[in-house]
Amino acid sequence: MPKRDLISMEDLSRGDIELLLDTAESFLPVLERDIKKVPTLRGRTIINLFWEPSPRTSSSYDLAAKRLSADTLVFRGTGTGAGVNVERGEALKDTAITMDAYSPDIIIMRHPSAGACRTLSANTTASVINAGDGMHQDPTQCLLDLFALRQAFGRELKDLKVFIVGDILHSRVARSDVMGFRMLGMDVTLVAPPTLMPRGIEQMGVTVEYDLTNLKDADVVYVLRMDAERAEPGSAYLPSLREYAALWGVSRARLRPGQRVMHPGPINRGAEITADVADDDENLIAHQVFSGLAVRMAVLYRTTVGYSDTSAEEEVL
Amino acid sequence: MERTWHKQLPAADLLVQGGRVVDPGTGVDAVQDVLIAEGKVAQLGKGLVAPAGARVVDAAGMLVLPGLVDLHAHFRTPGREDEEDLATVSAAAAAGGYVAAFGMANTDPVTDSAGLLRGLARQAEQDALVPLGFYAAVTRGLCGEQLTEMGELGAAGAVGFSDDGCALPTAAITRRALQYAKVSGRFVAVHAEDGSLHEGGQMHEGPASARLGLTGIPSLCESLDVARALDIAAYEDASVHVCHVSSEDSLRTIAKAKEAGVRVTAEVTPHHLTLVDEQVASFDPNFKMNPPLRAERDRRALVEALRSGLVDCVATDHAPHSPEEKDAPFEEAPFGVVGLETAFSVLYGALVVSGEIPLATLVTRMSSAPARIAGLQAPAVAAGAVADLCVVDPQAVWTVTAAGLRSRSHNSPWLGRELTGKVRLTVAAGRVAWDDLA
Repeated sequence: MPKRDLISMEDLSRGDIELLLDTAESFLPVLERDIKKVPTLRGRTIINLFWEPSPRTSSSYDLAAKRLSADTLVFRGTGTGAGVNVERGEALKDTAITMDAYSPDIIIMRHPSAGACRTLSANTTASVINAGDGMHQDPTQCLLDLFALRQAFGRELKDLKVFIVGDILHSRVARSDVMGFRMLGMDVTLVAPPTLMPRGIEQMGVTVEYDLTNLKDADVVYVLRMDAERAEPGSAYLPSLREYAALWGVSRARLRPGQRVMHPGPINRGAEITADVADDDENLIAHQVFSGLAVRMAVLYRTTVGYSDTSAEEEVL
Repeated sequence: MERTWHKQLPAADLLVQGGRVVDPGTGVDAVQDVLIAEGKVAQLGKGLVAPAGARVVDAAGMLVLPGLVDLHAHFRTPGREDEEDLATVSAAAAAGGYVAAFGMANTDPVTDSAGLLRGLARQAEQDALVPLGFYAAVTRGLCGEQLTEMGELGAAGAVGFSDDGCALPTAAITRRALQYAKVSGRFVAVHAEDGSLHEGGQMHEGPASARLGLTGIPSLCESLDVARALDIAAYEDASVHVCHVSSEDSLRTIAKAKEAGVRVTAEVTPHHLTLVDEQVASFDPNFKMNPPLRAERDRRALVEALRSGLVDCVATDHAPHSPEEKDAPFEEAPFGVVGLETAFSVLYGALVVSGEIPLATLVTRMSSAPARIAGLQAPAVAAGAVADLCVVDPQAVWTVTAAGLRSRSHNSPWLGRELTGKVRLTVAAGRVAWDDLA
């Protein structure tokens, strides 16, 4: 079987996505057992390679691998500061070659540069799973978002109306979500200040809006984190976080009953979302976090055994 | 005044038999024998007989063209001889059909003094298979602050002045450069780029950059600076050459300036004529260049501009990079690709075979037009001229491989691709510089 990477949502077909979500669902009972472990990936080696600190994502992957009985290693890359680009590139290639000596089955990588997963994949026999590369992609975030949506709305997500609100320009989550949501037939509207809306993004099959006037049409409001640095002098994307919150912040007053709110975390309360919305039991934010484990187990499992064989998992479980 | 230098190889004595001579300069497009004696074209005609000792080249089915001239390459010498030197770059040029090439001044140290330029000339006399010439910097150290000694640099043989690789940062220094370059009689070549719009940029800004999450470089970044340079040239009645035009907006500005009588010339690269931003989706750093590959409509506009002559010439922007630097994540890789060995084949296959541009037009844009901008005698396949020509097999289909390139660096976007048309023989300054007929 040739190795299979998951670098972008473009690597998946609609059928692949459905299969991953089904597989994730089949893992749910495992997570409720006393002994939350299956022997599925026993003897497999999975490496977590994080060039940016992200303890939550890293530990979610690590636990997912351990639940499947894989042997795991965690490497934290260094040199993520500015001005060491070339050295870092060399280090990535050399790190890949070094790790290959351990014959890993899967390397999960987070890296600040778009395209880093390609460099890694070219230098390792392991399958590469992208845990976030620059502003490019974060495919498992999209999959876990879809999983949480399924839990809330049922299996059929076609024509569900989603508004993604915030810093679209810098968001790999938005890019992965747009691709995945569109593949499943969802209706996606992007809302951002004009300075944070990528030119040409409408060609991904989305509606582009610059204010929240039509927010009431949404079934789901997906809120992106707004970093304070976008309002810092010199960056000039926003005059202030205060004005952002006033014009694009998602608050109770802007929502109608029944709308479900999502957020990939970490939350910047008072900027992109008000506390009453963030703390509301009706939002799907906790579901997203919970979904992460099952979805990442499914991705590790499918990457190892393939996307075609559906009998194996039933046998294992 | 010498503007190029090369090593003294034995003068060629050749009879190139039965090829189709296409020389737009003399208006010849016919099957002719070409007799070269002691490095000069002695005679064109049918049924010519080779004198004793002359080599006979069977060029039946091949094209015999005036040699190509590249106004824009990076020789990486001095400073980065691990990436390219004058021997390897001239070998690459010869293999691409070039009979002259000019290196930009963004070397290490920067080519900004006459002493350094003279040293490069001496080195070319030792190492260069085809005539090489050199730009001098517009500003010392490419810092954009203080002009170089253009009078002395011109006298030392600089072909022109350019800070290519860096934009001239202010209107004031651009103006001073265009004013002062007149003392040298040489042209100023502008790398047009508004630095404030370029910061952090990785690729053309458009639907592809939006989808891929790579910071965009808007076409505005180029066209604004082109407009500024051309307005200054008009105001100062100075001549200016625009490097590597990539966008339709810049073309519109150049067209307006040309109509108004501004003395502007412009070049376009083979990659901007044939590749587009969507290719970056592979995240292959060999599709990362500056200016970036643009949208399909820009590409089409560039092809039309090359055909019409709005853009005067093709230039490769041959930019060798070591694998240590280029084989990195896309966002961390440097800009630039090599191009000397593939330029003619790429354009012949993509533009001539497809019928978009007549062969004679392509030859003009790659040979006489850049030669005139450089102040060289235009290469000609004509009796009495120095033999500066190349023989191309238009049927040959070949695959670009790293091992097959003569350049020391292999960062080509055409690696692994099949190209149509192969240069089989290059005679530069009367010497055989490339021979792939054996």
